[in-house]
Amino acid sequence: MLYAILCYNDENVVGSWSKQEDDAVMAKLLVVTDKLAKKGRLGPVARLLPTTAATTLRKGKEALVIDGPFAETKEQFLGFYVVDCPSLDEAIEIAKELAAANPGPGAYEIRPVGYFQPGSAAT
Amino acid sequence: MTDITWINAALTSARPQAVGALLRYFRNLDAAEEAFQEACLRALQNWPHNGPPRDPAAWLIFVGRNFGIDTARRGRKQEALPEEAVISDLEDAETELAERLDGADYRDDILRLLFICCHPDLPATQQIAVALRVVSGLSVKQIARAFLVSESAMEQRITRAKNLIAAADVQFETPGAVERAERLAAVAAMIYLVFNEGYSATSGPGGTRAPLCDEAIRLGRLLLRLFPTEPEIMGLLALLLLQHARADARFDPDGNIVLMEDQDRTLWNREMIAEGLALIDKAMRHKRPGPYQAQAAIAALHARAERPQDTDWAQIDLLYAALEQMQPSPVITLNRAVAVSKVRGPAAALAMIEPLTGKLSGYFHFFGLKGGLLLQLGRNDEARVAFDRAIALANTAAEAAHIRMHIDRLIKDSAAGSDAAVPHAPD
Repeated sequence: MLYAILCYNDENVVGSWSKQEDDAVMAKLLVVTDKLAKKGRLGPVARLLPTTAATTLRKGKEALVIDGPFAETKEQFLGFYVVDCPSLDEAIEIAKELAAANPGPGAYEIRPVGYFQPGSAAT
Repeated sequence: MTDITWINAALTSARPQAVGALLRYFRNLDAAEEAFQEACLRALQNWPHNGPPRDPAAWLIFVGRNFGIDTARRGRKQEALPEEAVISDLEDAETELAERLDGADYRDDILRLLFICCHPDLPATQQIAVALRVVSGLSVKQIARAFLVSESAMEQRITRAKNLIAAADVQFETPGAVERAERLAAVAAMIYLVFNEGYSATSGPGGTRAPLCDEAIRLGRLLLRLFPTEPEIMGLLALLLLQHARADARFDPDGNIVLMEDQDRTLWNREMIAEGLALIDKAMRHKRPGPYQAQAAIAALHARAERPQDTDWAQIDLLYAALEQMQPSPVITLNRAVAVSKVRGPAAALAMIEPLTGKLSGYFHFFGLKGGLLLQLGRNDEARVAFDRAIALANTAAEAAHIRMHIDRLIKDSAAGSDAAVPHAPD
């Protein structure tokens, strides 16, 4: 079963990390994902740019283009992992490992993937 | 669990909001800063045990405000008459607090905090120093290092600036639309100053002033979060990101300037460029052009060119022409001349900058470009004169060294009788 692990955190705080701190967290997260990649269980991973760079398309009779993310919240959607896990418990374990690698609060939403298209965009 | 790194980052990111709100309560910058400091100490004691609060800024405002009220009450017992206005204002604020913390439109608090740093009587460098201290919370030591002055000199400078601010008449009422727009423009200009202070002087390995650029970008993001639909603020942040993306490529390991044409573009920061390009695209959709957007659009054209020869100089020429209209300045014309030299040749560019001689007679880049253009035209003797003048006006050793390199080449080439390589204008 494919799960998407959606990462939520306060982007103001994450944006206040120094480059060294950010690099250190990314290195720790890489340890977790490398383990999955070796087992062939890691799908696409993305880290999103700040919500100030976001644009929202609101559907309607005439689609409306709005600056910023679609919801004003304390925690923002900052990135995601797609992982292949036999059970929810294992997906939760992976999320716990990601959480341990990343200091402070925040949340991981674990969502089973319905339709999946690996895509072909060049990185 | 609650890592100290996270706590520090949370305190830093909450600072503008918390100090801004505390300033509104206490109407005194020192009191607001002291209350925030105290709240931070308590956070460091409390958060590791009890876990971080859901809203760190609200927590810090609440604790800081209570500390401030306690201090005011103690002062009332120990000292003479209470400042009635201050006390009653504090208590009024208390009833309002729960609502404020939930509803949370702190926009005007943060804008006010940024705005008081832009006091027109403060010279630019002092505006920057005080903003870095008060809004960003950098230590005096860090700021002193960035400005290459002693800690005590910087301490004095900041104290003087703060005294001036304290004596100024700060408006605490919610600003009207026009006043808000004026504050926004002043604050945007101040953030740009912070960036330029870091950008222009960053030289040599390590670039001690680079933190100023990072801080300016952080303040730019903060401002855009407060005003998410302002195209000029998008333009400002895009400009800072696109310029800073080149930081690692601007100097060689010995601290020599590397011109944009010669830069290793693989060293450009792709993530910053992606964010900058996204922002300028967003901004242009509003069809409300302005100077920051025009400059960001120019930077975007450089960022989009995979190789120097792919640069769309004709478009850059047009953008500079638009910028000249919006913000006439000899420096902008000088920059435009670089694009003109690429599109229409060095003679056209030289004709364009000749009339600027009077206004830019003390400007390093003017003589650097003039020398380069003369060289392209084979007027080597005149080029030499311009380069000598540029060296005399260089602001940093790296600038001087860069021009010297051209002179050396000129001498060598004239000896060899070949065409000289062509130097270019400022990056």
